[in-house]
Amino acid sequence: MRIEMNGKGTDTSCRTVMQLHDALFPDADVMILNGYRISCDVRLNENDQIYFGKSKDFPDIEGPEMITSTRDSTFVHERLGKATVGIAGLGGLGSNIAAMLARSGIGCLVIADFDTVEPTNLNRQNYYIDSIGMNKTDSTENILLHINPFVKVDKHCTKIDENNAADIFGECDVVCEAFDSPSAKAMLVNTLLTGSSEIVIVSGSGMGGYYDSNIIRTEKRMERLYVCGDNVNGDTTTMVGLMAPRVNICAGHMANAVIRILMDSIQ
Amino acid sequence: MVNAMKINGNNINLISPIPLVEFLSVNGYDPERIAVELNGDIVPKKEYADAIIKDSDSLEIVSFVGGG
Repeated sequence: MRIEMNGKGTDTSCRTVMQLHDALFPDADVMILNGYRISCDVRLNENDQIYFGKSKDFPDIEGPEMITSTRDSTFVHERLGKATVGIAGLGGLGSNIAAMLARSGIGCLVIADFDTVEPTNLNRQNYYIDSIGMNKTDSTENILLHINPFVKVDKHCTKIDENNAADIFGECDVVCEAFDSPSAKAMLVNTLLTGSSEIVIVSGSGMGGYYDSNIIRTEKRMERLYVCGDNVNGDTTTMVGLMAPRVNICAGHMANAVIRILMDSIQ
Repeated sequence: MVNAMKINGNNINLISPIPLVEFLSVNGYDPERIAVELNGDIVPKKEYADAIIKDSDSLEIVSFVGGG
């Protein structure tokens, strides 16, 4: 029987996962079969993908398969690995979306922000004390490559406007609008929806304060525009401002919307 | 019977066709903070003044809230 074991095609006469485990990886305490972690014996089938490893050791697999074959949801990673996703703005939404999409195995992330990391950002944005003073694009790239060294990062430390948005994000399957000002949000959505006939946009609108988590929603508002948020509570419309939990909830909505769009549309 | 115009999924009856820019102004929308889709097509900002909306149209207006 031909299977893929730890990222390599292998012929085996073993009929079950435990037979393979006992014969070749008796010390392994992690077994992932076709994207699911298993703990009991399972019959092997032709073309199964199996990973054996030790939970506390670095995986001994080279290349991108190190990421995909050692994590859950392998088939999702494989499809997302072909995708290019843009992230416009690397504040509370964008920095957290970038990390989630790198973990999910997106092939290429196009990230853009003109700003540097400030101490006030750390209440909600995915940076560290060590990041202060760095360009957000550089710091985000650094963090992403620590999560997934095989994600391709295309970074643009520049202010996005009507004139450069299509050039920077033109190759993206999906773009996350993660700016802070309402006029910048509207500019990006109008520019990309008018200038391209294919790009799908996921936009964040309303995630301020510590209001009810459950009023943050994902809605398809236009043919190629999804809006995530509560649509009411902004950065200046609440007396509290932006806080990590609701910003992360909204970022999670946006990252999940990206994955759902890509899983339906990419062959 | 006149078809009602749909705005963000709600039926609205228009007395007569009006320019989009007037409709936005009367209803308190800031053109700098919105995106507008008319019958499934995005309306470029520079066409807000010329676009006329009428009963039977379907209009989607997304108004963005700050913070990100």
